[in-house]
Amino acid sequence: MQENDHILRVQDLKTDFKVGRRTVHAVNGVTFDVRRGKTLCIVGESGCGKSVTAHSIMQLLPPNGTIAGGTISYYTRDGACEILSNYKRSGPRMRAIRGKEISMIFQDPMSTLNPVYTVGSQIMEMLKKHEKVSKAEGKARIIRLLGELGIPNPEIRYDQYPHEFSGGMKQRIMIAIAMICNPTLLIADEPTTALDVTIQAQILDLIRKMQESYGTSVILITHNMGIVVEIADDVAVMYMGRIVEFGSVQQIFSHPVHPYTRALMRSVPVLGMNKDQELAVIEGTTPDASTVFTGCEFAERCECARPECFHRFPKDTEIEAGHRVRCLLYEEGGEENG
Amino acid sequence: MAEQREKLLSIRHLTMEYQPNRRLFEAKKPSVKAVSDVSLDIYAGETFGVVGESGCGKTTLGKCIVRLLKPTAGELFFNDGGEMKDLLRLDKKTSFALRQKIQIVFQDPYASLNPVHTIQEAFDEPMRVHGIGGGSREKRTEIIANALTRVNLQPDYMYRYPHEFSGGQRQRICVAKALVMEPRLIICDEPVSALDVSIQAQLLNLMRKLQRETGVTFFFIAHDLSVVQYMSDRIAVMYLGHVVELADAGDLYARPLHPYTQALLSAVPVPVLQAKKERIVLKGDVPSPMDPPTGCPFHPRCANCMEKCKTEKPELHEVEAGHFVACHLYQQHT
Ligand SMILES: Nc1ncnc2c1ncn2[C@@H]1O[C@H](COP(=O)(O)OP(=O)(O)O)[C@@H](O)[C@H]1O
Ligand SMILES: Nc1ncnc2c1ncn2[C@@H]1O[C@H](COP(=O)(O)OP(=O)(O)O)[C@@H](O)[C@H]1O
Ligand code: SF4
Ligand SMILES: [Mg+2]
Ligand SMILES: [Mg+2]
Repeated sequence: MQENDHILRVQDLKTDFKVGRRTVHAVNGVTFDVRRGKTLCIVGESGCGKSVTAHSIMQLLPPNGTIAGGTISYYTRDGACEILSNYKRSGPRMRAIRGKEISMIFQDPMSTLNPVYTVGSQIMEMLKKHEKVSKAEGKARIIRLLGELGIPNPEIRYDQYPHEFSGGMKQRIMIAIAMICNPTLLIADEPTTALDVTIQAQILDLIRKMQESYGTSVILITHNMGIVVEIADDVAVMYMGRIVEFGSVQQIFSHPVHPYTRALMRSVPVLGMNKDQELAVIEGTTPDASTVFTGCEFAERCECARPECFHRFPKDTEIEAGHRVRCLLYEEGGEENG
Repeated sequence: MAEQREKLLSIRHLTMEYQPNRRLFEAKKPSVKAVSDVSLDIYAGETFGVVGESGCGKTTLGKCIVRLLKPTAGELFFNDGGEMKDLLRLDKKTSFALRQKIQIVFQDPYASLNPVHTIQEAFDEPMRVHGIGGGSREKRTEIIANALTRVNLQPDYMYRYPHEFSGGQRQRICVAKALVMEPRLIICDEPVSALDVSIQAQLLNLMRKLQRETGVTFFFIAHDLSVVQYMSDRIAVMYLGHVVELADAGDLYARPLHPYTQALLSAVPVPVLQAKKERIVLKGDVPSPMDPPTGCPFHPRCANCMEKCKTEKPELHEVEAGHFVACHLYQQHT
């Protein structure tokens, strides 16, 4: 395990939200590494904790959210280790890292782009925050990047406002803001969910190209298994605030083991699939986030559940190097567990 | 599907142009031609899929069929007991009677149920108006209970309010609400787009089951090609208000002819290892429907664009049995 192979290490991350008097454990003991220059995809259905995981890394949680446990370690270009989870969310260390070392693309471009400023000035603001550049130099760099991102007439577009851009073009501006400081880690939260497939293809292509040219490591959040196959090196499948299965894209797709992963894969129609085949259904709905569990969170919807699944918590079990699953069916022996 | 098929709906040269809201003294704004000269035949008992990216006119077309919108031009012939009647030119009585036969399920399960009515109240009113259950309230309640059971919900849910249901349940309620009207045709406008994948599967399986049981015809609109391909017998591909290709679902997948269909299919990410195929990445965005291109609507983005494509609009025509395409590449020899 060479520290330099990975850029981010998240260990047993727990993130809680206060909602009235209740506490919601939105992320409940999540562990994963992001390998340098590679892409990790986090998949799962809505509400499973994908965005909260990303916001925890960025320390961008809303005021009612806190990191309640675990460590987030970030390894810089020169091998130094920064424990992000120890930094104050608006402290100088975190501010220096956010946007410069680690940057993020949000799902909804409109919530991040300010309608009253030109897109050029918004990209410039990010650049100025982290680098000393002259205005002319900065502008030239931004225009070059916009061109690389496939925006026609970048000199003219630089001075335009967000409403003058289509959905796909706005998403490119978001990528430009995220990439202008040449970050080492890019977190993209459902960057294409709101876009049409042909535009989605363009954006995924772009992310891949940027990664190739700059060696950026990527965390891509999605609920689309097709995108995962296309872009991931590693995959984390989340359910109810936990990673239920983790492995390389080969491991996850050629040998999915967790009943949830397997059901998820068989529940979507695949282009060209035989129409006589019924889609797999995951019975019921995702439980409420504040549900208190005594065993596996997936048990009540699981086809393979056994009585013990309801009153024992599964542990992470490595079934092959790099491939781990959180399911009692794969635990050896029958050791008790808290 | 090859046996004699009964036509349920014949759409002829349907055009829908939205007129801009023009304020006094304001310069004239261009109108939006959302649906442009569309002709399609829908057969009884089939699932007819419509795909295309946002803004291509799918919802507008669906709303014209249920007459939520009044088309600018064209005809909509609906099979009423063997007679094809133009829905747009009916006497009041027939028009009212036929309204019941075509129902619609919308994309957003949260917006399509009125929050102040219980499920029963929401279902009962249109049933009463159309005399379903022979004017008996008890009978109508029984029909509602039945419909809820068929969409895998408990009958006593009818006394609840919409906010008590999840998105997936609401969408099933919307399907049940359409069913109680005993429709022949249900327009499904992106019925699963707002749902999580596992919930999507529940609804898709359910719709297929209902069709087997009742023989209802679905006009299934979606932007997700995988979903449309799985659900449909035949598929129309729309681009900028035009139908650019029409074929059996299997054919369309195996041998897409139109360059746009090819690009669309190649852009769909497939969740299978080693499925990586040659991807056609389209340049640019869909042009504005306020200022549509001349000639072929796809020509500014088409890799095969010829001189002719820039000026002459290709017509939809049959290049193989049941496979229609509107593209000059396939019209050179005729
Ligand atoms: N601001 C918040 N306040 C309370 N609970 C929240 C908040 N944000 C997220 N949550 C909870 O955290 C869980 C995970 O949310 P999220 O990470 O956004 O899911 P997703 O996987 O769809 O991105 C949700 O079930 C939600 O209830
Ligand atoms: N009420 C309206 N007024 C003006 N233009 C509209 C209206 N509704 C839709 N449009 C326009 O018509 C075109 C087709 O829209 P729509 O039928 O909703 O497409 P789709 O359902 O395929 O996304 C789009 O360009 C859209 O902007
Ligand atoms: S008609 Fe011409 S421009 Fe249009 S799709 Fe065919 S080849 Fe391309
Ligand atoms: Mg999210
Ligand atoms: Mg629509």
